[in-house]
Amino acid sequence: MDRIPVLRIGDILLVSVQVDLQDDTALALQEDLAERIVETGAHGVLIDISGLEIVDSFIGRMISTIASVSAVLDATTVVVGMRPAVAITLVELGLSLDGVSTALDVDRGLALLGGLRPSGGLARSDAAEDAATDPGE
Amino acid sequence: MSTSPAVLSQETHEIASDSDVVRVRQSVRNLAIDAKLSLVDQTKLVTAASELARNTLVHGGGGRVTVEMVTAGARRGVRAVFSDHGPGIADIALALTDGWTTGTGLGLGLSGARRLVDEFDLVSDPGSGTQVRVVKWTR
Repeated sequence: MDRIPVLRIGDILLVSVQVDLQDDTALALQEDLAERIVETGAHGVLIDISGLEIVDSFIGRMISTIASVSAVLDATTVVVGMRPAVAITLVELGLSLDGVSTALDVDRGLALLGGLRPSGGLARSDAAEDAATDPGE
Repeated sequence: MSTSPAVLSQETHEIASDSDVVRVRQSVRNLAIDAKLSLVDQTKLVTAASELARNTLVHGGGGRVTVEMVTAGARRGVRAVFSDHGPGIADIALALTDGWTTGTGLGLGLSGARRLVDEFDLVSDPGSGTQVRVVKWTR
């Protein structure tokens, strides 16, 4: 089983999924991230899924769970880099990724998380919601 | 669907572990590319195959899949038949309902997979296992 590396940049944890995600790898990532959030006191988790060719219900649930667990641990999760075909398939599959903030790429994801820091003066949930409902219209 | 399509290529994979599910995805993806399905259709088919392979593993106790490139008239397609000898599904209509779950997932695997493909057949007898056949055609 592969393990996905979790990188720390300031108070953000960065995960880039570049392998075809096996179920046990996804579960391990969920646990690793929870531990690293507590260990580092990170306030943001950025998950880059540009390498993922599919997001099925299991991977979708993993992403939602990571976002929920992070929220309980006082960290915000932003998912970036979803491929267009993956987005279309997700919607048809019936997955809504409730509670997960998204941004188009790592840059925008970092900007979103940057604005969420306590010093940034923005209420975390409000900013996350704004960004999630504003796909750049 | 009345005339059975001609089979251009065929491969069979055992499904006995998480890594086999990934292998099935790759195999289906490769055939979908060879059959010239669009990128969105490839992604839909591979996602459906992933759901069904996981069902075979988790609910069927493992099994196998036969992946084929098929042709009918001017169209090409990819067909995948998943079979297991698990406990079977007692109420197929219920199992195909959105949100119905055995408790471990979101209840979107089977119903979602059906939405992502062009043809979907499920045969199951309690006690003798389950067979699911899906096809995705070029447009």
